[in-house]
Amino acid sequence: MALQSLDITRLSATTTPPPSQRQTPKVAKLIDISKCIGCKACQVACMEWNDTRDAIGVNHGVLDNPMDLTENSWTVMRYAEVKTDRGLEWLIRKDGCMHCAEPGCLKACPAPGAIVQYSNGIVDFQEENCIGCGYCITGCPFNIPRLSKKDAKVYKCTLCSDRVAVGLEPACVKTCPTGAILFGTKDDMIRHAEGRVADLKSRGFVNAGIYNPEGVGGTHVMYVLQYVHQPEIYSGLAKDPTISPLVFLWKGIAKPLASLALAAVGAGAFFHYVTKGPNEVSKEVEKEFEDEK
Amino acid sequence: MKNDPKKLLRFTPSERANHWLTAITFVLVALSGLSFFYPTFFFLSQLFGGGVWTRILHPFIGVVMAISFGVMFFEYRQMNVITSSDKEWLSHIREMVDSDDRNMPEAGKFNGGQKLLFWLEAACTALLILSGIVIWRAYFSFPFPVLVIRFASVVHAIAATVMIAVIMFHIYAAIWTRESIDAMLYGRVRRAWAKQHHAAWFRQVTGGGK
Repeated sequence: MALQSLDITRLSATTTPPPSQRQTPKVAKLIDISKCIGCKACQVACMEWNDTRDAIGVNHGVLDNPMDLTENSWTVMRYAEVKTDRGLEWLIRKDGCMHCAEPGCLKACPAPGAIVQYSNGIVDFQEENCIGCGYCITGCPFNIPRLSKKDAKVYKCTLCSDRVAVGLEPACVKTCPTGAILFGTKDDMIRHAEGRVADLKSRGFVNAGIYNPEGVGGTHVMYVLQYVHQPEIYSGLAKDPTISPLVFLWKGIAKPLASLALAAVGAGAFFHYVTKGPNEVSKEVEKEFEDEK
Repeated sequence: MKNDPKKLLRFTPSERANHWLTAITFVLVALSGLSFFYPTFFFLSQLFGGGVWTRILHPFIGVVMAISFGVMFFEYRQMNVITSSDKEWLSHIREMVDSDDRNMPEAGKFNGGQKLLFWLEAACTALLILSGIVIWRAYFSFPFPVLVIRFASVVHAIAATVMIAVIMFHIYAAIWTRESIDAMLYGRVRRAWAKQHHAAWFRQVTGGGK
């Protein structure tokens, strides 16, 4: 849910241009995993700002809590103990919507206006237009949207579109005590990340890099990773994510073509009728059965 | 008279009722499904009380259709075995479309085209119900990996397109071939109609007489 309305780049299930007169600079959130201490303040801030509450769960013997994203927990910290060439490392990743430049959720959504992409890059769900089909979950390359059992609507991180619209940074950014989460224009965030990567490299992290996957057109949530060549060691972060070719087949050019084909069948039938006429009982057969009349 | 006993009984009352249950549910499931198929058709969801109601109702209507079609399937399965004469009929289909039935082999209760349609509908219904269960988010999607759900979404869309095209063909054939709809509405057909369009069936039910 958000306040912007004149600066929409994409609108789900809409074949005409959305209101896009106003253009805003592209924004991004940068999560520097090398600075994260896993305090979960971002999780708390997210819940506090968005005023959602998860039911009290069960401790699974690990720090992850809750264990997965839910309709109320739009961001979760994922803790991975990984053996690298530097020894045992604790890699903590703040998981949540990546705000893809090419959003698979929006491509899959059949409800007009239920998913929007603003010109600043934020991909947002408009729950009042959501019909609860879950197609966005099918389309998402990062397994982010969660269908609520309470109201059958999907929820995910909004990148605090309501705060961003009035010039504030997202709640998680505001609260992060170590500066591991930053927010600004995408260009600035990339520039800052490049500095961070150079610093990490100088300290021996030769594979440090920026996670901004090109397969989805880049993302408006980026990570600085110590091991960018192995994103999967960060609790299964997708390596080379793309919108699945099956989703393209399902939601691409085939649909309008199939619609036209069905229209052609109908038109073909009509013109067959008006050119060939009906298929009736022949005169000879009718004669044989004159008594039947 | 619609129920003139001199006419030949083609479909019993229960066959007719079940056929129309399948037909009505098909129309409902197709219109509701099209609203998710492509944005141009989303307005159809208004017929069902809006997008959310359409999403709720579509799969339940689909289940009713699959069950009533299933009953028809087992009823007509044996009658629809494609014989060499049906293959011959299908090889002359262009002439039939041209309204020239002089070279068409005699059809039984169902002609080759109707039988082909029957098997296409059966295959599509089976694919639709199986893929439909996988993408029924409210109850059944959770155990399936996302790749399977994506694949099922594609299968559902393709099978639905084929099914709609096949049914449009079926409806048109029934309109084009005059008096066919009477058979499904009232059960009986004129003997002249039977001899014209289903000569082998005509001989079988009349014992070769008039």
